[in-house]
Amino acid sequence: MTDNKDRQNALSSRFSEKAKAVSAFVSEVPTFEAALAYCLDLCGRRGACRIRISGCDEQLSPPTDSLCEMKQEKIVAAPGLDPAQYAKLQDACAVSGFTCIKSGMREHLSGVDIGFTIANLAIAETGTLVINCPGEELRLATMLSEYHVCVVYRSTIVEDAFAAEQHLLKYLHKTPDYTAFITGASRTADIERVLALGVHGPLELHILLLED
Amino acid sequence: MQEAKNLKEYRQEMQESLDNNFLRQALDTFAVAYRAGRARAFSEFEVDRLVTDVADAKDAVLSQLNELFLQFKKNAEVAGVKVHFAKDAAEANALIVGIAKETGSKKIIKSKSMTAEETLLNHALEDQGLVVTETDLGEWIIQLRHEGPSHMVMPAIHLSRYQVGDLFTDVTGAKQEPDIEKLVKVARRELRSKFVEADMGITGANFAIADTGTIGLVTNEGNARLVTTLPRVHVALMGIDKLVPSLKDALKILKVLPRNATGQNITSYVTWITGANECLSAAGKKKEIHFIVLDNGRLEMAKDPLFSQVFRCVRCGACANVCPVYRLVGGHKMGHIYIGAIGLILTYFFHGPEKAKNIVQNCINCEACKDICAGGIDLPRLIKQVHVRIQDQAGHPLPSLLLGQVMKNRKLFHTLLRTAKWAQKPVAGNDGFMRHLPMIFFKEHDFKALPTVAEKPFRDRFPELPQPIAKPRLRVGLFSGCVQDFVYPEQMEAAFQLFAENQVAMSFPMAQSCCGLPLQMMGEAKTSRDVALQNVRAFEKENVDYIVTLCASCASHLKHNYPVLLADDPKILEKTTAFTAKVVDFSTFAHDILGLTAENFLGDGKRATFHSPCHLCRGLGVHEAPRELIRAAGLDYQEAEESEVCCGFGGTFSAKFPELSAALLNKKLDNVEKTGAEILLTDCPGCVMQLKGGLQKRGSKIIVQHTAEALTARLKKEK
Repeated sequence: MTDNKDRQNALSSRFSEKAKAVSAFVSEVPTFEAALAYCLDLCGRRGACRIRISGCDEQLSPPTDSLCEMKQEKIVAAPGLDPAQYAKLQDACAVSGFTCIKSGMREHLSGVDIGFTIANLAIAETGTLVINCPGEELRLATMLSEYHVCVVYRSTIVEDAFAAEQHLLKYLHKTPDYTAFITGASRTADIERVLALGVHGPLELHILLLED
Repeated sequence: MQEAKNLKEYRQEMQESLDNNFLRQALDTFAVAYRAGRARAFSEFEVDRLVTDVADAKDAVLSQLNELFLQFKKNAEVAGVKVHFAKDAAEANALIVGIAKETGSKKIIKSKSMTAEETLLNHALEDQGLVVTETDLGEWIIQLRHEGPSHMVMPAIHLSRYQVGDLFTDVTGAKQEPDIEKLVKVARRELRSKFVEADMGITGANFAIADTGTIGLVTNEGNARLVTTLPRVHVALMGIDKLVPSLKDALKILKVLPRNATGQNITSYVTWITGANECLSAAGKKKEIHFIVLDNGRLEMAKDPLFSQVFRCVRCGACANVCPVYRLVGGHKMGHIYIGAIGLILTYFFHGPEKAKNIVQNCINCEACKDICAGGIDLPRLIKQVHVRIQDQAGHPLPSLLLGQVMKNRKLFHTLLRTAKWAQKPVAGNDGFMRHLPMIFFKEHDFKALPTVAEKPFRDRFPELPQPIAKPRLRVGLFSGCVQDFVYPEQMEAAFQLFAENQVAMSFPMAQSCCGLPLQMMGEAKTSRDVALQNVRAFEKENVDYIVTLCASCASHLKHNYPVLLADDPKILEKTTAFTAKVVDFSTFAHDILGLTAENFLGDGKRATFHSPCHLCRGLGVHEAPRELIRAAGLDYQEAEESEVCCGFGGTFSAKFPELSAALLNKKLDNVEKTGAEILLTDCPGCVMQLKGGLQKRGSKIIVQHTAEALTARLKKEK
């Protein structure tokens, strides 16, 4: 039992070390409620939620500028939560004046502020989240959000991709399927090899490690 | 995209790259940073084992390609995807145009695909009035500039922030600052509006998994995820070489690909798509998905006993990252569409001999690509072999043919070399360098002083040298190679003295000739084999424990290429294997076998540095032996930066591409001078020739020697 605990701790610290190395923000949270509180705090006090999202203050072409105008709210999207979890998030958002959605992502193609998700698995060797997202809403929440906040249950962390293989095969065999490995924020080095975060996907990835 | 009609035009194009300071500096910084990043990414692993895993997984595909394709097709179709086979680029493009028409798609977004670059898909789509937008930042930039990629992973590495700023000013109609962070944000917003409008998304694929009918996409920006999610139609174009039997095989490749490509443990996103996924904007809420599996020369390659290893290529681009020539001239000159070492080979198979004939000659044979390849492909050998095929098809150029004719006949070759001694008289100086070269013939070769041919070759001096009389510890056959025999016999004599002092008896079979590497480099396969056989025969009767050569290139060629060149006859192969087993380079022999240590030498503490010949460090895997010998000899050893990067000699390469050779040499000499060394040592007479000539031109006082000479000069004599 202790062995198992030690192994889990080792995996967990390796996972967070590797995730931090690719600029993910990793925090430990004691409860799911604390994870929601983190998300709300990021949205509000830490300024992640804003009407004008990143890039909209630059000099843009007219059609692109008008897409920016589409966004008139501060939005948290969480299509992957179960109804009880979602209800809690919705209540918290309502108190703070943020819009909370679990569907209709296509009405927000300009972008949403926060995508809140739960990983199916995590891979320690590379600091990777595995998110099974055959449903389009969940998929888009991880793509169109400016900040991606993802809960990782510590028991779901595995050593490497090979240790995740059987699990992955279950997804791949249950078609149609769309499974994503997500490691750090969206990045590019296409101009002069200078690293820039947040090119098409989230600008930041926040990982919340949760004991289960 | 490289499209020069002949070698002359090609050289002119390369001169433009050499004059592009931004490009030179960008690629220099990249080359150095890449090596460090890659080493970090692999630090927890045994790289060779991971590379072997990739090679084995890919090799296993070859014999079952057809079955795997059918299995992939069946599984993908069960999951709702339409799978097509395209025999060439035109067929693939036509299929995609057809899909666009059938689905009423007008606006298309793409994520990065080298295969789509290969088929020139964008042109085909645009010809039909379709609007195509690349969404990978680098690809979008080059699309807007109407250029091809200059690197497989970083397609716009040749451009500066200023050029991108100007470009984005045109695109947005508003002035953009040359601030990378801001430019990326502008692209994020501008491209987002393209995503919103698109009817069809086109991607490539890094893996096509037969077992599940899944494709895998390895990306960083997140655009491929949007391309495969937002539009109602998705087309993935992939080479048939992307097929793997199982997810496990894909994961093995994934472990190496990002680490080798960019020094990342993994890319930001890896996307696994199986079947027609939910798409809320499509009729029936199902996305229409087509997989197009492309042949375009790949099946021919798969059947070829030598070239089938190209299937191991995972398109990581590492062969360009470490190529000293790529570093000088960039991808537009070092490839047609695919660039770097693998590009020289793929161009021949995908785009034909006409596109390959010039670029394939631009390999300096330093083996840096082979050393770094994620699939362990013997790239330099394949490049040479493409050259051979092109020459065999299109005819051999005169100089190459003449060289072949001369080299086939050792006596004729050696007579010519002896005659050169007289012919050079009017231009030879008394310092061992040519004076007043007739510049009309040699104007591009002016970057280094050329040596004169020695008064008396080593083969004529050998019989007069005193052999050790006492019981010899070892018997050794000396293989001199042409340069040491005829230009630098003093290097051989130094080694002779060192060995004799250590009770080594030596023989020098007179029938030995050129090792044949220059012929290989010129694409003269047949003569290369003839010469190899001649040398094996020359040593056949010698009763020796080792065959020692002071030339790293000869050693590596004898050891690694002879068994391939002479593989056709089992009896000869047996003799060849016995021969190659005995071949050893100078430093390994002196250090590992003779066991020379500080006790054998009287040092003088002079500062020395070492240039590691390509064929020593990579060809033979020798790294420490020469450096330890130099320290043992009592010299103050200082490692130079990039000591294992090519000096630019490359045998016949320096004659064919003098401008490139000169640029490589300059970089090498700058690094040497930075060490403050008085003595520059190396283990290859070709490198000595290049380095000595360059330093002489610079008026430098640094002494260039073969390691053997420096050791012998400091030998402690105990009698």
